[in-house]
Amino acid sequence: MSHNNNQHHATHGSYGSYVVGFILSIVLTLVAYVAIVNDWFTGMGALLFVTTLAVLQLFVQLLFFLHMGQERGPRWNFMTFVFAGIVVFIVVIGSIWIMYNLDYNMTHKMTPEQLDQSIIEDEGLGEQGTSDHHHEEQTEHHNH
Amino acid sequence: MFSTLTTLFANAAAEVRFELLPPPYVIGIVGALAGLLVFAALLKFKGWSWITKTATYIWKEWLTSLDPKKIGVMYIIVAGLMGLRGVADALLLRTQQALTNTDIGNVMTSDQFQQVFTAHGTIMIFFMAMGLMFGIMNLVLPMQLGARDVAFPFMNSASFWLFTAGMILINLSLVFGEFAATGWLAYPPLSGIAYSPGVGVDYWIWTLQIAGIGSLLSGVNFFATIIKMRAPGMRLMKMPIFAWSSLCTTVLIMFAFPILTVTLALLSFDRLFGMHFFTSDFGGNPMMYVNLIWAWGHPEVYILVLPAFGIFSEIVPVFSRKRLFGYTSMVAALIAIMFLSFIVWLHHFFTMGAGANVNSFFGIMTMAIAIPTGVKVFNWLFTMYRGRIRFTAPMWWFLGFVLTFTLGGATGVMLAVPAIDFQVHNSLFLVAHFHNVIIGGVVFGFMAGLTYWFPKFAGFKLNETLGKIAASCWIVGFMVAFIPLYILGLMGATRRLDHYDPSLGWQWLFGVAGVGVLIIAAGIAMQLIQLVVSFIQRQKNIDLTGDPWDGRTLEWSTTSPPPHYNYAVTPTADHIDPFWYAKHDKKKAEAPKYVDILMPKNTGAGVFIGGFALVFGMAIVWKIWPLVFVGLFGAIVTIIIRATHDDPEYVITAKELQQMEAAHAKGGAA
Amino acid sequence: MSHATTNHKMSAELEAHHHAFNDDKTQFGFWAYLMTDLVLFATLFATYAVLHNNTWGGPTAGELFSMPYVLVETMALLTSSFTVGMAMLAIFRFKQTQALIWFVITFLLGAVFLGMELYEFNHLVHEGLAWHASAFMSSFFTLVGTHGLHITVGLLWMGIMMFRIVKQGITHNNVRRLTLLSLFWHFLDIVWIFIFTFVYLMGAAAV
Repeated sequence: MSHNNNQHHATHGSYGSYVVGFILSIVLTLVAYVAIVNDWFTGMGALLFVTTLAVLQLFVQLLFFLHMGQERGPRWNFMTFVFAGIVVFIVVIGSIWIMYNLDYNMTHKMTPEQLDQSIIEDEGLGEQGTSDHHHEEQTEHHNH
Repeated sequence: MFSTLTTLFANAAAEVRFELLPPPYVIGIVGALAGLLVFAALLKFKGWSWITKTATYIWKEWLTSLDPKKIGVMYIIVAGLMGLRGVADALLLRTQQALTNTDIGNVMTSDQFQQVFTAHGTIMIFFMAMGLMFGIMNLVLPMQLGARDVAFPFMNSASFWLFTAGMILINLSLVFGEFAATGWLAYPPLSGIAYSPGVGVDYWIWTLQIAGIGSLLSGVNFFATIIKMRAPGMRLMKMPIFAWSSLCTTVLIMFAFPILTVTLALLSFDRLFGMHFFTSDFGGNPMMYVNLIWAWGHPEVYILVLPAFGIFSEIVPVFSRKRLFGYTSMVAALIAIMFLSFIVWLHHFFTMGAGANVNSFFGIMTMAIAIPTGVKVFNWLFTMYRGRIRFTAPMWWFLGFVLTFTLGGATGVMLAVPAIDFQVHNSLFLVAHFHNVIIGGVVFGFMAGLTYWFPKFAGFKLNETLGKIAASCWIVGFMVAFIPLYILGLMGATRRLDHYDPSLGWQWLFGVAGVGVLIIAAGIAMQLIQLVVSFIQRQKNIDLTGDPWDGRTLEWSTTSPPPHYNYAVTPTADHIDPFWYAKHDKKKAEAPKYVDILMPKNTGAGVFIGGFALVFGMAIVWKIWPLVFVGLFGAIVTIIIRATHDDPEYVITAKELQQMEAAHAKGGAA
Repeated sequence: MSHATTNHKMSAELEAHHHAFNDDKTQFGFWAYLMTDLVLFATLFATYAVLHNNTWGGPTAGELFSMPYVLVETMALLTSSFTVGMAMLAIFRFKQTQALIWFVITFLLGAVFLGMELYEFNHLVHEGLAWHASAFMSSFFTLVGTHGLHITVGLLWMGIMMFRIVKQGITHNNVRRLTLLSLFWHFLDIVWIFIFTFVYLMGAAAV
């Protein structure tokens, strides 16, 4: 059968790997914590900073606690994780993108005038809108 | 004379007034009485000891079995029964739409109509299609890989019993209470507690939740089986394409079903605990439900169709007497479809208002996914080209697939264009499209597979003529039933309506569609007759060699039916189509070297887990909280007892294997 | 007959071969299951991301959470992920008492984490901010609560395994099951990294 007798003993790690992983995780956690509590970053900057630290800690724990990628033989665990990661990314980012897009057209947050104004600004319709309005006024004026 | 009869019939029907179907509990009472009658007849004519012996046999040899061949048969039986119920629902729907503007009038109320189309969709997808898929995988996959069982035999049994618990629960909704009237995906706010305060949506949620967990575990199980349990020498790029399609299917199952689990749970939290995920107020967002349910729902339809593609990849080479054309591109196509199916889901709600950027991205991705599918169809056709073709019943199903599925695929590419979709979304055009690909692809594929592998498991072939008649009825019936729906959709007919204004002049098209469904029903009747006739004729069509079709893959190297351990000695498989290679290899086969093997012991734990899941499901639908805890607690305790069981297997010694193999060779049954 | 009729034993060599194969297959299957759990949490995260601003007039994340409290919780769980690693090293070296001590420590740290979380939930409920107060509260309770439910299952599993080690010692089956448990426990700490980051840190971050 296509299995590896030695796989069972391949990925235990050592005291050292757990200690290093533990210390690195503590550091990454504390840095993120201190950064936020002390307002080192705000808004998008904060998001990028803590996300980076979280992803780093993810890799630290994958490597030092879960011994990921260190299997002998075909790396099925690793490949399954990569594909799962891709799906996670698609579901989370995809949902955020889609829902944000849907929300854009939801009018419950604004009055009709506010909505018109925000669309005009967002879509860059400023010139056109004004000139049309001008044109109408001129025509009306002309009719009087 | 004829017109007098029709007038008489119409008047009689008008008198009886079948506007209201009998209440469902009537079906329950009739069913219970029928069951009692059968039991009394058995008692009278066969006696009590026969009943206990048969019951013991069924429990010991089937219900507690961890043999995937037996579990596969049980899946197919349940799926077949549920398929009949789904077809009955379809007949009711077509009858209502065909008769509504005639003298006969409505056959059911609008509320009943909504429950029937909800049940139709739910049953066909979750119980008929998924059930047939897992059934065929259980039967075929381990043997094709040269293995004796799946990776986790007990979990396999538990998955089946969770599936069955879900089946029982949805059928109980027919008798006690009501079913959801929301469509098979139950969008909120309609499916929220405010607008569906009854038990219908709860039945829907928990049926799917319970069966869904079974499906997820099966996905993990078959994934591990394919990766870890292939015969020596069978590298991935030498596996049968059915195994490849199963591999891609299991990946889809593993990564899509958790999304369904969460979404159903969130809806149930809204209903049970007053949460606000999808409510119209308190900050909820019903559109998020639509987003999540289709993030699962699109991979789901590929979960259904990929195994069917795999089945065709087995059948076409065998009946063309020619190796499958383009093995590598078939694998590449499967992987491409698997990946792409995760990035197209928004095409199910182009009209929900996401804007041009989002709609364009998903529209393009949707069109892209048609390409690898097309590659596969061409490869099958190229396999047939210059082959020595035998037009057996499985090939008739395949040709029916080519005809119908390509039409459905073409309309799919049309729907992928957001501008077109804005016109036909949620019209009968859409309904025709998805039935086109599901019937043409999934159903025809499974029919072909069942016909193809039937002799392996029953020991005799099915009647060829009846099979071809059935396939013809299905193909013609499908066209007659659904082409009118394409036309109606293009003319603007909205889906899920129980009647349309007669002034539109559409009624005759619904009449044609009704005739089409009757032709399909005739096809199904042919298949049921085929089963009976084939059983009666089994000696004539007996399969003595184990290889009735001159097959190419490993499963045909066993007897029909195979011994419970599949292979006394694990085969080596160094080539694509290893059995074909072995049959034509000049080298003389060596004498088999037997070694002790381990087989899983039977266990009732799976049945108990399913039973407790059913108790849990029924209790939570009706809010009987003590029973909810009983069900939950019972299932958990059963799992813990089973998981801490230290001796789940038994040994078959080399000597016993040798004796059993010798007995088989002498012509005895397994 | 498709079930056991006699009680044969296998040769030691075949048995060892079978055990190694079985362990590998089981560990892979469990890892595949954990990957499905990952997608499950991803869906909950996606829901939280979409709904977390819908507070229906109520307080936002930053106004609700005590950061020092959450830091203590996080450190407890992180330490327990370290100690379960220590426990497994002891198991592989067949040091029963040492392993049990490390498992007890892991269990206690996990229980502390869970207790602190339940206390936080209870506090919110008493403030009138239960799961039915708004879409934000629903998604918060569900995401964090699902993680807590997984922790509870892990603690139950750990308790049973500790009992079995005492009763049976470090048998082959127990080693295999403990390996799965440690995978599960590490996985739960990894998920918590992201809850800590996106729910609590980003909640507290200034706009």
